[in-house]
Amino acid sequence: MSTIKLRELAHSRTGDKGDTSNISVIAFKPEDYRRLVQQLTVERVTAHFAELLDSAAGPVRRYELPNVQALNFVLPGILKGGVTRSLAQDAHGKALGAALLDIEIE
Amino acid sequence: MTTLRIGSGAGYSGDRIEPAVELADKGDLDFLVFECLAERTIALAQQARLADPDAGFDPLLSERMRRVLPFVARGREIGQRRLRIISNMGAANPLSAAQEVRRVAAELGLHGLKVAALTGDDVLAALHADPQALLDNGATVASLGDRLISANAYLGAEGIVEALNADADVVITGRVADPSLFLAPQLFTFGWAQDDWTRIGRGTLIGHLLECAGQITGGYFADPGVKDVPDLARLGFPLAEVDAEGRAVISKVAGSGGRIDPATCTEQMIYEVHDPKAYLTPDVTADFSNVSFTAVGTNQVRADGAEGRARPDTLKVSVGYLDGWIGEGQMSYGGPGALARARLAREVVLERLKLTGVVVDEVRAELIGVDSLHGATLGSRTAAEPWEVRLRVAARCADKSDAIRIGNEVETLYTNGPYGGGGATKGVRQVVAVASLLLPRDAVKPHVHLEDAS
Repeated sequence: MSTIKLRELAHSRTGDKGDTSNISVIAFKPEDYRRLVQQLTVERVTAHFAELLDSAAGPVRRYELPNVQALNFVLPGILKGGVTRSLAQDAHGKALGAALLDIEIE
Repeated sequence: MTTLRIGSGAGYSGDRIEPAVELADKGDLDFLVFECLAERTIALAQQARLADPDAGFDPLLSERMRRVLPFVARGREIGQRRLRIISNMGAANPLSAAQEVRRVAAELGLHGLKVAALTGDDVLAALHADPQALLDNGATVASLGDRLISANAYLGAEGIVEALNADADVVITGRVADPSLFLAPQLFTFGWAQDDWTRIGRGTLIGHLLECAGQITGGYFADPGVKDVPDLARLGFPLAEVDAEGRAVISKVAGSGGRIDPATCTEQMIYEVHDPKAYLTPDVTADFSNVSFTAVGTNQVRADGAEGRARPDTLKVSVGYLDGWIGEGQMSYGGPGALARARLAREVVLERLKLTGVVVDEVRAELIGVDSLHGATLGSRTAAEPWEVRLRVAARCADKSDAIRIGNEVETLYTNGPYGGGGATKGVRQVVAVASLLLPRDAVKPHVHLEDAS
């Protein structure tokens, strides 16, 4: 079965609160929302960001917003101390959503 | 039926000013709100205030007021929609900020404006009285000792409503929850009961949609060829037209740049939200899970379906504290073999920090263009080798003298490191970190100070 990049099906924005990042994934077309719900699982997102996540901070969570064809992923600990004390160049993790859009969807 | 028009004049402290002026002039607004306080801003402002008791408010306050107060005065004169201003630009010193607004009004020859300051968010004294209180990072307040700089509770809408009831033209606050700045004029205008959770939930959604200004009008959205946004250089800021039920249409001034459609609104609604059924503010537990957006015209979107439940019993408090120093150095490598040379440079710097006994709490050494944003695994998803790579080494140190040595070690690559490095930069900054805790609501007492400008 052929696959396409998530970027062709959905758009995304990343927000930060303390140590935790949230990444929205919003389907461009309502008919693609089901595919995202089925394939863009917590497990896949966790695997995608495995190198960056902090397992001690707790698991990735996913919330569904069917009215706006969107999923919201919450990634605890990924900001490594949060905006104020992180050593990261992108301390807010603003660019994380763009990395998620590289994931393959069937 | 009365409607209320609220504009958003800033999404952060350093935001563009002309879109706010455009809204004040052409938005036919009742209220223009400037949200200018990020998590750490107030701790930095508190440091400024310690150095100068009259300082500690937003550095762009005077400029913004110079530009928009004439429209406040115009609204009073022509007696149509009367424009009023609400802002958290008071930061760590709302009283001095209000004084500055009065000074600017006088300088512009505008007389009779009422300027209110809202205080009560500063709860540093209450924290000192409870040294065993636990922060979200696991530390006690006592353990911060004299590194503790600031503690500010997120106030809700009620203090601002009180100031508006006292006929203030300008309300300057310190820490207030961002959506509450926008909820206040709705509560004031429509007189919703304090426990009318559904309408307060709707009003909170409107505040959340507006609070980042350009982020709902096409800012932070453009992805050429996938999501195009017209005229980003002249991005318009948003306004909401709200009715007494808390139903709203989000739009912008005709002719301004950017776009508003259900896609931009959805990105902003989920921004910085965790569980969409429970978005906690001092005013309400808002529920955005059933919200839907409908385009009702060009750059006009109706928001429906927000709900709300009882507000939390506690208020969130942001605690600012000094947390050592971050030292940093950078150096670029380019041309064939740049990646291997940058990697070698990284190894050399890390080994030098060990050899010379630099004491670090945490160190990070990354290659900009390769692995600095998303790590090595995601950074290797593209096969192409970059033409240029920039080494960045950063470390957090307890002592400033150690932090200084991070950038120095990168700089010494010039004459001691691999071939072809250039453009070294280095720097050191003190870390003002922020943690949070929860305080019972009745421990926080908002207070309105009202005076007329001369």
